[in-house]
Amino acid sequence: MALDSSSKRVFKVVGTRPPRPDGVDKVTGRALYGADVSAPGMLVGRILRSPHAHARIRAIDTTAAEALPGVKAVVTARDFARLEGDKIIDMGEDRTSLRDVRDNCLARDKALYDGHAVAAVAALTPEIARAALKLIAVDYEILPHVIDVDAAMRPDAPVVLAGRAHENVPGGMSPNVTNHSEFGHGDLEAGFAQADRIVERSFTTAATHQGYIEPHACLASVTGDGRADLWCCTQGQYNVRDICADLMGMQASQLRVTASEIGGGFGGKTVVFIEPVALLLARKSGRPVKIVMSREEVFRATGPTVSASIDVRIGMARDGRITAGEAVLRYSGGAFPCETVDMGAQAAFACYDLRAVRTLGWNVLTNRPKEAAYRAPGAPQAIYAVESVVDELCQGFGLDPLEVRLKNAARKGTKSSYGPTFEAIGLEATLEAAKAHPHYSAPLGPGQGRGLSAGFWFNFGGNTSVSLSVNTDGTVGITEGNPDIGGSRASISLMAAEELGIPYERVRTAIADTSSLGHNDVTDGSRVTFAVGLATIKAARDAKQKMCARAARIWGIDEEAVLWEDGAAKPSGPNAGDFPPMTLAEIAAVSFKTGGPIAGHNEAHADGAGVSFGVHICDVEVDRETGATKVLRYTVIQDAGKAVHPDYVEGQMQGGAVQGIGWALNEEYIYGEDGRLQNAGFLDYRVPVASDLPNIDTVILEIPNPGHPYGVRGVGETPIVPPLAALSNAVSRAIGQRMTRLPMSPPRVLEAINAGR
Amino acid sequence: MVAVTLWGSLRRFTGGEGQVEVEARNFKELLDRLAETYPGLKPQIDRGVSLALDGRIYREAWFTEIGPDSEVVLMPYMTGG
Amino acid sequence: MKTIQVATTINGDSAEFVCGHDETLLDALRNRLGLTGAKEGCGTGDCGACSVRLDDRLVCSCLVLAAEAEGARIDTIEGLAQGETLHPLQQSFIDLAALQCGICTPGILVAAKALLDRNPEPTDTEIRYWLAGNLCRCTGYDKIVRAVQDAAAKMRSA
Ligand code: FES
Ligand code: FES
Repeated sequence: MALDSSSKRVFKVVGTRPPRPDGVDKVTGRALYGADVSAPGMLVGRILRSPHAHARIRAIDTTAAEALPGVKAVVTARDFARLEGDKIIDMGEDRTSLRDVRDNCLARDKALYDGHAVAAVAALTPEIARAALKLIAVDYEILPHVIDVDAAMRPDAPVVLAGRAHENVPGGMSPNVTNHSEFGHGDLEAGFAQADRIVERSFTTAATHQGYIEPHACLASVTGDGRADLWCCTQGQYNVRDICADLMGMQASQLRVTASEIGGGFGGKTVVFIEPVALLLARKSGRPVKIVMSREEVFRATGPTVSASIDVRIGMARDGRITAGEAVLRYSGGAFPCETVDMGAQAAFACYDLRAVRTLGWNVLTNRPKEAAYRAPGAPQAIYAVESVVDELCQGFGLDPLEVRLKNAARKGTKSSYGPTFEAIGLEATLEAAKAHPHYSAPLGPGQGRGLSAGFWFNFGGNTSVSLSVNTDGTVGITEGNPDIGGSRASISLMAAEELGIPYERVRTAIADTSSLGHNDVTDGSRVTFAVGLATIKAARDAKQKMCARAARIWGIDEEAVLWEDGAAKPSGPNAGDFPPMTLAEIAAVSFKTGGPIAGHNEAHADGAGVSFGVHICDVEVDRETGATKVLRYTVIQDAGKAVHPDYVEGQMQGGAVQGIGWALNEEYIYGEDGRLQNAGFLDYRVPVASDLPNIDTVILEIPNPGHPYGVRGVGETPIVPPLAALSNAVSRAIGQRMTRLPMSPPRVLEAINAGR
Repeated sequence: MVAVTLWGSLRRFTGGEGQVEVEARNFKELLDRLAETYPGLKPQIDRGVSLALDGRIYREAWFTEIGPDSEVVLMPYMTGG
Repeated sequence: MKTIQVATTINGDSAEFVCGHDETLLDALRNRLGLTGAKEGCGTGDCGACSVRLDDRLVCSCLVLAAEAEGARIDTIEGLAQGETLHPLQQSFIDLAALQCGICTPGILVAAKALLDRNPEPTDTEIRYWLAGNLCRCTGYDKIVRAVQDAAAKMRSA
């Protein structure tokens, strides 16, 4: 069966807004998250963390802790299996070495950041576990540390890890520089020569945390015959299984990982931290072990974003045409190598159709926790810097920032700043929709400013397995392997119902553990609605084909003479025979007599997820006495390809926008001189609360993705990209001073206001 | 022959060329030929790359066919959150 | 370690449990009584995921000692629905997609109920300030405010 073309399709179920299947469980407190399950005989696991930003671990003495009554196991990095060689694993955010994952879970030779795990205990009660941690004696040799990305690039900077630079890093640089990339095309100098004005600026953005409300939690049990079960909150149970099995020296088939309901991830739960440690403790103690991180541990030791220092130079002709653009990105992904800067360097100018463009990226090691992905990893920082300079150029020429973006917008056929030529994309339509939106022409009051920014993200597909069973009562069960973070079970059910021609209420989608279904990549890269949806549609088509075959046999006609329409098998025409249609329920009811159970399945690697663009408009008012910024109005316009469940598409757009607003205005990792994190809690790391915000208006555009039968594009990541510059441009215009540092916390805004006085 | 566009920092390993030609009918052959012809590219290919074929990005899809007039762009391994 | 015996009423049913002298009400609810609807997002009173009512007072149960529940009435998310029938707030949250991951939802529902009990017709701003102690990282709050308004309207006309 060929895939239908997406553009002409009239949808019956897709695009409606039915209640989600897990809704009742979640509003009644019944849904089980990472920390919500227990096991008989369960022990409490706790982790000892380095108080130093950088220290050699000379020795760890655990004897006193082991001797404490009620302590059942103590582990350190030595308890992990010996790794033969290394392995590159896909952790969502980037490809990370298995060794680095191991050394991040429990430090081996050096503690590399404040909060780095060094040992762990399992005990009968939390009190005993806490007491035991105090009895572990770690002999540290404190080493000089480096926190700031620019400082870490200097040749004389303390070396976080040596010998980790990729071959692409030119010689003679600090060993902290591990990755370098360059993208672009055209003759930059010729481009700048055509400019009537060139603006060059440097920017910094702070590391921010994903801030999911559920701390990491897991429950591990290992039996004497080498089998193990792990329950955990993760964006990808298959990855957890593969990594943990390798670190434990187990076969993947012997470790079953079940993903709990997940209390937010945004990229930060694509990584393992406590899971291998809980398994080690469970194996050593012979009892189930539960580890639940505290919020402080979440901040100190799990994934923040990169911190960034960026230079941008853009030339513009008087008519608003951008003649050349150049950016240098210096990202620090913390204490272990990462390649996120490649993504930033590719995304920086992706919204523009440029004849001359170049971006350079550097990744630098610092004594910070290893970066984990956070919605569109690497892109918000780079696009913030570019969109700020574009805005400043528009101001300089007195040009409308929307018209300038329209004039320079990437479109179908544009050679993108990262190389390939764009297929059908929705940026122009998104900008036009922004222009037509009443928000853009609404008057502003004194002291207020309006900011605009475009944004971009790639989106991915990836490896997916889906199985679909047709029950004898005419209902359908779908088993998929991607934890549902934002309503994906509803979207998957919608697509199956659409394809099968049955009501949404008859479909139930469940998420499999690793023993029940083939591999699925982690829930990342905005892949689930796209790739799992694609596999679900194909699994449904597989089942339809089988149902048509059953009907054909019942009618005694050729399979080819049967087609599927409106939820039923029908003879394809008058020549095929004159039989009344058989519905899915009718075929299912007799399935045991016509050849056995009916199911469809699909296993594939999906590509062609289709890039996505968004435009945000933001109005702010700045209090010139306190420097506080109030967001007055906010509008998100984004191309979703096809919104399968519009409520949850809007939800992604609103949630991402607010995370971006937090990043722009308040959120940051603050380190002391001693290299310790100073704000490891929600009191001092301030995420936006309800009273900080206005309603977030949304406009969903549907420019079908040619790579998906329904035209679906990923939507989850793009919305965090534009807010940084939208806010910065709004504040800069409100106070008449260009802001170049994020977050724009009140003291910084005040400083800028005073500098302009 | 397929013309492959490389990203800037890979030019060091191709004698400064931003576009190279190799004989290949699919991605697997293309990556193998690239690594053979330009051994300096091998570490990056081993770490992972994506390929854009006529504007569509593929992460790992060895047997994706490449037509003689296809636009082929080598990209870093794409990652997300 | 010495334990304390506590007699209390939870969601209308009398309940007894033992707890440590420094144990939080949140831990007692979750670990001793199996009521895992209240969540621990921070343990320091900053996120509201652990919200419950203690004698009609809206509290962060992570900041209340379990022993303080002696003789008190506690209402948790598990008691919000009447059997099969969801509370209008619960129904509106589902209907208007006011939850994504749902980890904040129990706390927000308990807090929103407390608001509507005292103010059946709140403005958006009043809702936003009342819920300022309940963090939600997924939704951006927009749909939460709308769902509370929707439920309030339905409760007023009921
Ligand atoms: S857990 Fe009680 S306020 Fe966060
Ligand atoms: S729905 Fe996830 S934190 Fe609110």
